Amino acid sequence: MANNMADAVIIGGGVHGCATAYYLAKAGCKRVVLLEKGYLASGGTGRSGAGIRHQFGTEINIRLSSAAVRMMENLEQELEYPRGISLMQKGYLIIAYTETQMEQFAKNVQLQREIDPENLTEILTTEEINRKLPFLNVEGVLGGTFNRRDGHANPFHVVQAFAEAAKRLGVDIRTFTEVVDIRTDQGKVTAVVTDKGEVIQTPVVVNCAGPHGAVVSKMAGVDIPLYPQRHQVAVTEPLEMFLPCMVLDFTHGTWFKQTPDGSLILGVGDPEHEVKEINQRCTWEFMKDVAEKMVFHIPRLKDVVVVRQWAGLYDMTPDSQAILGATPVEGFYLDVGWSGHGFQLGPIVGKIMAELISGQKPCIDVSCMSLERFEKGELIPEPNCV
Amino acid sequence: MEDKTVICRCEDVTLEEIRTLIQEGFQTIDEIKRMCRCGMGPCQGRTCRAVVSQEISRATGLPLNEVKGPTFRQPIKPVKLGAFLGGDDDGK
Ligand SMILES: Cc1cc2nc3c(=O)[nH]c(=O)nc-3n(C[C@H](O)[C@H](O)[C@H](O)COP(=O)(O)OP(=O)(O)OC[C@H]3O[C@@H](n4cnc5c(N)ncnc54)[C@H](O)[C@@H]3O)c2cc1C
Ligand code: FES
Repeated sequence: MANNMADAVIIGGGVHGCATAYYLAKAGCKRVVLLEKGYLASGGTGRSGAGIRHQFGTEINIRLSSAAVRMMENLEQELEYPRGISLMQKGYLIIAYTETQMEQFAKNVQLQREIDPENLTEILTTEEINRKLPFLNVEGVLGGTFNRRDGHANPFHVVQAFAEAAKRLGVDIRTFTEVVDIRTDQGKVTAVVTDKGEVIQTPVVVNCAGPHGAVVSKMAGVDIPLYPQRHQVAVTEPLEMFLPCMVLDFTHGTWFKQTPDGSLILGVGDPEHEVKEINQRCTWEFMKDVAEKMVFHIPRLKDVVVVRQWAGLYDMTPDSQAILGATPVEGFYLDVGWSGHGFQLGPIVGKIMAELISGQKPCIDVSCMSLERFEKGELIPEPNCV
Repeated sequence: MEDKTVICRCEDVTLEEIRTLIQEGFQTIDEIKRMCRCGMGPCQGRTCRAVVSQEISRATGLPLNEVKGPTFRQPIKPVKLGAFLGGDDDGK
């Protein structure tokens, strides 16, 4: 029988759960247990576009992402991960089709530079975009922003890197183990119960359950405004490398990148039609939509073969921003609601969660992301996300 | 079978690599696929999946039909993007 006493239990083996587990153990927390109902990165993390960018439009996300990019750059060394995380830093381009978007982009760039003097985001004209990506159809494009230090990584290996480093520090990671209940007593967390009937006594529970975040919170008696929303992705056959950077377009809800093995990963967000439930099935409607939009962006993709499709869930909140930190139940912490931009922030947020839980002052103040903001009406909408 | 045998021809993965991953605790087809791309090639695992299942079954003692398989998703056969556009040459 596995040890049933812990100092902290983390629910969810995505990037947020694994990073939190690693940094908690590193901060000296002795018995950290991580429970994952599937395999590691089987949730949103393994299904993500895994884009990494400085290019946000709210102060909090700019601070977090600046720190996160630096951490990603050193992750293989810090975590001593021999397989590598396939970090590609060949840039990230966001294109605009309206004057309003261009105005917003200008504001974003200004804010990014004010907060982080090292920020490299630049505004590009349509001609400059055309020169950078000659195969991209720039019809209707008014310009965009580009940061050459941005890019993408392999989400599965990022998670694995954190998980293996955490295990070396003594973290007990149990996959295919689902949390079915959280016990509380007089407003304090006391234990979690798994589907295997185990009861793990613990004073601290961290909810990193992504799209299942609301269900898990409810187990502790905490209601949070969070719902899942499906997003789908198509993968092509490997092509010779021609798309060095990641591209994002808010007008069509599209994003695309080419992985180091040559496949193109093509995503379209369609909040109007997509299901808002735990449903990761793929649809033919999506294939039509993605084909139409991608052939519009890059006409020569018409003859390229799609080999695979997948679907994943965003964990959405009213302002598409995360819910972080303590709750009215003592010892019950939240790290959920990352919408479509939470992969890249996993490392820095894991570190911050560990600092919050072990009573240290966090390296970045995340109090604006507290659960209370919904009651107080202090939402922090991010202009730069799908 | 020799350990150096390439069992995933599309992605150039050897039996040895698969066995090492299984030993390290990756005991579902999905995990192995994500660790080494075995099954992600143009044939989408039609050639290599059976061997991986067999290896997992052998190493874990799980009967073959209980080895956790990957989710099958459209398109089952590779399709050109242009084929989805409708009213088009090879759209049929
Ligand atoms: C299609 C798509 C594209 C995206 N693109 C990007 C991008 O380009 N850049 C970016 O930064 N982000 C992107 N994201 C968002 C990103 O994937 C998520 O924000 C991030 O992965 C969230 O990580 P997490 O660890 O919080 O959650 P998850 O990875 O979802 O992990 C939660 C885990 O909890 C487990 N779990 C749930 N309930 C229980 C339970 N009761 N007991 C035990 N375990 C449980 C789940 O199985 C899951 O593994 C994208 C997401 C999708 C779906
Ligand atoms: S042989 Fe493994 S994917 Fe084709």
